[in-house]
Amino acid sequence: MLRVLSLAEAVESVIRDGDSVAMEGFTHLIPHAAGHEIVRQGRKHLTLIRMTPDLLYDQLIGMGCADKLVFSWGGNPGVGSLHRLRDAIENGWPHKLEIEEHSHAAMANAYEAGAAGLPCAIFRGYIGTDLPKVNPKIKSIICPFTGETLAAIPAHRPDAAVIHALRADRTGNVLLEGILGVQKEAVLAAKRTLVTVEEIVDDFGPRSLNAVILPSWTVSAIAHVPGGAFPSYAQGYYTRNNTFYKEWDAISRDRDTFLAWIKTNVLEQGPEVFAMHARNMRPAAE
Amino acid sequence: MTSKYTPNEMMTIAAARALKNEDVVFVGIGMPSAASNLARLTHAPAITLIYESGTLATKPSVLPLSIGDGELCETALTTVSVPEMFRYWLQGGRITVGFLGGAQIDRFANLNTTVVGPYAKPKVRLPGGGGAPEIANSCGEIFIIMAQGKRSFVDKLDFITSLGHGEGGDHRSRLGVKTKGPTRLVTDLCIFEPDPRSKEMTVAAIHPGVTREKIQENTGWPVRYADKVAETSPPTARELEVLRELHARTARAHGEAA
Repeated sequence: MLRVLSLAEAVESVIRDGDSVAMEGFTHLIPHAAGHEIVRQGRKHLTLIRMTPDLLYDQLIGMGCADKLVFSWGGNPGVGSLHRLRDAIENGWPHKLEIEEHSHAAMANAYEAGAAGLPCAIFRGYIGTDLPKVNPKIKSIICPFTGETLAAIPAHRPDAAVIHALRADRTGNVLLEGILGVQKEAVLAAKRTLVTVEEIVDDFGPRSLNAVILPSWTVSAIAHVPGGAFPSYAQGYYTRNNTFYKEWDAISRDRDTFLAWIKTNVLEQGPEVFAMHARNMRPAAE
Repeated sequence: MTSKYTPNEMMTIAAARALKNEDVVFVGIGMPSAASNLARLTHAPAITLIYESGTLATKPSVLPLSIGDGELCETALTTVSVPEMFRYWLQGGRITVGFLGGAQIDRFANLNTTVVGPYAKPKVRLPGGGGAPEIANSCGEIFIIMAQGKRSFVDKLDFITSLGHGEGGDHRSRLGVKTKGPTRLVTDLCIFEPDPRSKEMTVAAIHPGVTREKIQENTGWPVRYADKVAETSPPTARELEVLRELHARTARAHGEAA
């Protein structure tokens, strides 16, 4: 039987100082509430792994939780820069941030290799780009059958993966729908996993025979956090809050404005504040 | 309607015209997305649009702000995971056109979206490559859409994020890349195509009312012209109407004044 933890308990049990942590969700289902809890618990020296750092890692980096970032696209989608990320890279604020930069294809392949238990990912990539010159983890390998030179990078094997999903059932199985990103791969590649969910149901009910489900025994901790993906979205629950993504540009541009926002909206709050975002748009009947 | 139109509208419309009904397009966010959807809503209704979030054959009614807005998934034929998108569909060679934008470009259509200044001590840290490094080499050909200016059309890139024609000539094939690379660069002033031999991006058509002087003023290298330079047909009333409706719907959906 599922034991649902509070978000605070779940983060305490899954994420430790110094861990490598992959918090995934490709535009959809970004685990923002879990990110806020990591800030509240003051985790330090994390290696943060994520294809698109997004506002989530902008907040963690700005609060000094990370020593290193492994990523492939560090912008605010459709808006512009991630100002906390830029401030860390360009000016070392609040401290120096080491970066390991990849392409999306590389990151996706590295998660898949991690899930598959392989030491490295092999793909046709990085040809003619300068990324291998600045990232020593990008190497090449020769296909023993054709002689083709292919890119190779280490598999992602994070200490912890954190995702937000739509539903968990009473046994602790987890269901994802919509844009799936690399969450399944991140969970299966990680040593420990934290999943926040919109809803806990008795049974998933009628569903596609090929529904994307993570069995309970692949998940270390589940917390029920309705609205926990805000300002990203949860398919069928609430839409992406594009307005907040635009507002973040002004909030994050200035260090003091950012710190004041974090104090009011993260440090002095709990995960229950996310519920109002879920209530906004719950479908009438589904 | 005889009408006025902005250089940005001309750019988007000229880029849309390059897409065909039978194309399978890997669409970047922003201007590539506007041009691709304009093509779908005008002359290429059966075009297949693919976004890297995994949405295959998507038909959004409004332009997404991000690469993974729910609208893309809800209007898609199917949605696959991101590893599947990059492995099977992109690397597998299923895409005919990759449609990119960028922060900086050089005369061989190499793109920089990583950094201005030295990598270790950047003057401006840009978002990075995302899908572009592999899109640039795995799609059959590449279209690029970018507004022209001296800061973006530069003589030498600080960083090559995605390969265009490299150092020119047969550089792509010497690197083992079998696809065509950038075949068209559409700007707010003109349309460039690669010279068949040198692969330098060369002006093939100039938008109405634009002078060669203006093109040169906004380019960081000495611009070359094809032997026969055409004039781009101005936007038709229908192209403008569909594009403006698309932008108005998008603004309403994103909660802005149209």
